[in-house]
Amino acid sequence: MRFLRQHGWVAGLFALFVVLFILTKIIQPGYGAGDFGSLVRAVLPYAFVVAAQTVVVIAGGIDLSVASMMALTSVTAASMMAGASEEYALFVVPFVLALGFALGALNGILIVVTRVPDIVVTLATLFMLQGAALLVLGAPGGGAAEWLKNLIIGTVPLPGIPDGLTTWIPKALVLMVVLLCIVWIPLMRSRLGLSIYAIGSNQLAAFRSGVPVARTKILAYAIAGLFGAMGGLSLTMSTGIGAPIPGPYLLASVAAVVLGGVALGGGKGGLLGPIVAVFVLRLVRTDLTLLAIDPNVTAIVEGTIMVAVVMFGAFIVMRSRSS
Amino acid sequence: MAKNYGAVAALKNTSLSVLPGEVHALMGANGAGKSTLVKILTGAIRHDRGTILVRGKAHLVRSPADARRAGLVSVYQEPSLIPDLDVLANLRLTQTPVEPFRNWVRELGVPDLDMRDNARDVPLAIQRVLDLARALAIEPDVLLLDEMTAALPANLAERVLDVVKRQSRTGRSVIFISHRFVEISALCDRATVLRDGETVGVVDISPGVEERIVELMLGAKIEKARAAQRQATEASAHGEAGTRIAVRNLRVGTKLQDVSFDLKDGEVAGVVALEGQGQDELFAALAGSTKPSGGTIEVDGRQVRFSHPVDAVRAGIAYVPGDRSEALAMQQSVRENIALPFSAAFRNWGPIRMGQERATVQSAIERLQIDTRAQREVQRLSGGNQQKVTIARWIAVDARTILCFDPTRGIDVGTKQEIYKLLRQLAAQGKSVLFYTSELEEIQLACDRAIVIFGGKVVDILPVEIADEPALTRAAYGLPRDAKAAVGILAETASSEGARP
Repeated sequence: MRFLRQHGWVAGLFALFVVLFILTKIIQPGYGAGDFGSLVRAVLPYAFVVAAQTVVVIAGGIDLSVASMMALTSVTAASMMAGASEEYALFVVPFVLALGFALGALNGILIVVTRVPDIVVTLATLFMLQGAALLVLGAPGGGAAEWLKNLIIGTVPLPGIPDGLTTWIPKALVLMVVLLCIVWIPLMRSRLGLSIYAIGSNQLAAFRSGVPVARTKILAYAIAGLFGAMGGLSLTMSTGIGAPIPGPYLLASVAAVVLGGVALGGGKGGLLGPIVAVFVLRLVRTDLTLLAIDPNVTAIVEGTIMVAVVMFGAFIVMRSRSS
Repeated sequence: MAKNYGAVAALKNTSLSVLPGEVHALMGANGAGKSTLVKILTGAIRHDRGTILVRGKAHLVRSPADARRAGLVSVYQEPSLIPDLDVLANLRLTQTPVEPFRNWVRELGVPDLDMRDNARDVPLAIQRVLDLARALAIEPDVLLLDEMTAALPANLAERVLDVVKRQSRTGRSVIFISHRFVEISALCDRATVLRDGETVGVVDISPGVEERIVELMLGAKIEKARAAQRQATEASAHGEAGTRIAVRNLRVGTKLQDVSFDLKDGEVAGVVALEGQGQDELFAALAGSTKPSGGTIEVDGRQVRFSHPVDAVRAGIAYVPGDRSEALAMQQSVRENIALPFSAAFRNWGPIRMGQERATVQSAIERLQIDTRAQREVQRLSGGNQQKVTIARWIAVDARTILCFDPTRGIDVGTKQEIYKLLRQLAAQGKSVLFYTSELEEIQLACDRAIVIFGGKVVDILPVEIADEPALTRAAYGLPRDAKAAVGILAETASSEGARP
């Protein structure tokens, strides 16, 4: 019962994803492992940007600069790797990740020190990072190491599991799960993770419980920067170049966070919900494309689904409270 | 210890020393600096001068985490558990050992606690007990309890006091803050009294010491209040009048438990209470912003049920909150603010009649002598003038009853006088005013009667002649009216109430 109460939202989202998947099969009987692979590759950068936003929102903040952070890290990686040796990329990857972490921490420091609201600070850094990205690379270009690109192409052959199944496990999915888990699971088991939930839930109570509020907030933004850098790298990996103008990642990240059951006020939710939510949103888009519906209508449908799902969720919560 | 807020000195020269194994009460009237001292000891704010020594060692306390390292752990007035984390995670967050915590919780009278419940789902009273258990499990050198028992039902409060008393015997010290003399005389060994940011005395708790504490808290004010008495007596000379509002057995939430009184036409009735005794709830219920959980309110003899503030306004009851930013649209003009209640009323559909509005507003401004040099934006007015605007709007709609909640807080002396005068004028016109104030001397300056609330109940209604500061203070602390005559009466009260503190 408690399990259902705590994870009901994620379970419901997952069910929605399965329903959508079956629907896709009906619309397009030929939808197979290869198509699923490309769905996952498309989701990959979204998954990281959503993870970035999730950390910050749980800490009671919001980060409008995530998409620009992706753009800057992406072009930085692409321009560094252009024409360079394969081994050089081994240096580029940690550098870019550190860059993301540092820029995220800068966001946090600005918010804590200046006491300007987070939404204003990150809006300002959105423009700053955007400008920096254009300075690094004026137009889409650069390159990526072959081994990096190969990391997300194809599937993982697992010994002892029939081929029919392994074709449904694209490398990109494994990479996504591994990278998210490497950061998320230790975080959630540490005092820092608890502190992030605590300051999002009730900052005063957290302060009184001895939580270093300022430090926790800065680290939350720094981790968001790290996830943002992962998103930027994954963009470069999947396209082979860097693009200085980010896609619709910012709004997608907020949408997935809300749909994923993370309270915008902070303190509640997890990472799994938003990740499943972003799969749902991408799959809806795929379906509507398969149905040859006008892309503008697609956006309207996406918005409607969000409102409907969130309202439905609130309704369920209210019902269970009153009973 | 000293602390300044800008030019205001909240603490000037405050000292507090607590012996090992002692339960020490910290006392002082509203604004004496009690809460500032508590905030400094818990690391919520930094002091300007002075030192904190624990077991002879100086400690720098800049955050609650520092305070804890120094051996100072506090239980605050509001629960400090993180609402969205379960109890276990809350313990992990503060690195509290689980087994001792579980034992203390059982000891404190909560046998069936599910550690996996989110703190949000735990009842408020139990949350307070968990706060205390958590503090005890850390085994601090000094435990600071700020109004610990205020929100507890009697049986839990008793257990809490019992446990605190016993744990102090193991050599730990407790700083105990409470408004209840009964608890203090049952629990504490000594008391430090603050007045105007200074330590004015340290007394041993013994039967009859309450008088000494009240004297220390008030200081020279006693004499001043006597002088004001005559003036007020004249003000109260008016005949029998009809009952405007009758409150019977009103209950609101957990704070306000059983309140009954009448408010007559042409009367200014003062309400006196220490902080958090249910006065906020009383005013909220009368103003229609909170629904009472029991009892009745009658207006002009007819029972009413307010479900929205607009219902109260229609019944002619206007609410003037103490926090002016609650009542005013700060960036709008004086005129718009005064006109808000009648222009926004839904019964006047269609365009606002500007001419009529201007005339009504103008007459209200003149009557109250509002300084209108800065009338474009209310936020540029002084506090006193802002308060006048909030009252003026209700005069403009001709409300028959005005509820003033601490209207003179943070206002200069001259404007205060004008507000008293205004309230008296309103009463003379047959309107009735319910006036809560945290400054006790105002009762004799503006009111006809004083209704004293303590622990959510009306404990006394004093005629203005005898409602001087000492009498009000005694009543507000729940002491009987003639305590002075019979020294030691509290010792009896304490033992008889010991069964249900």
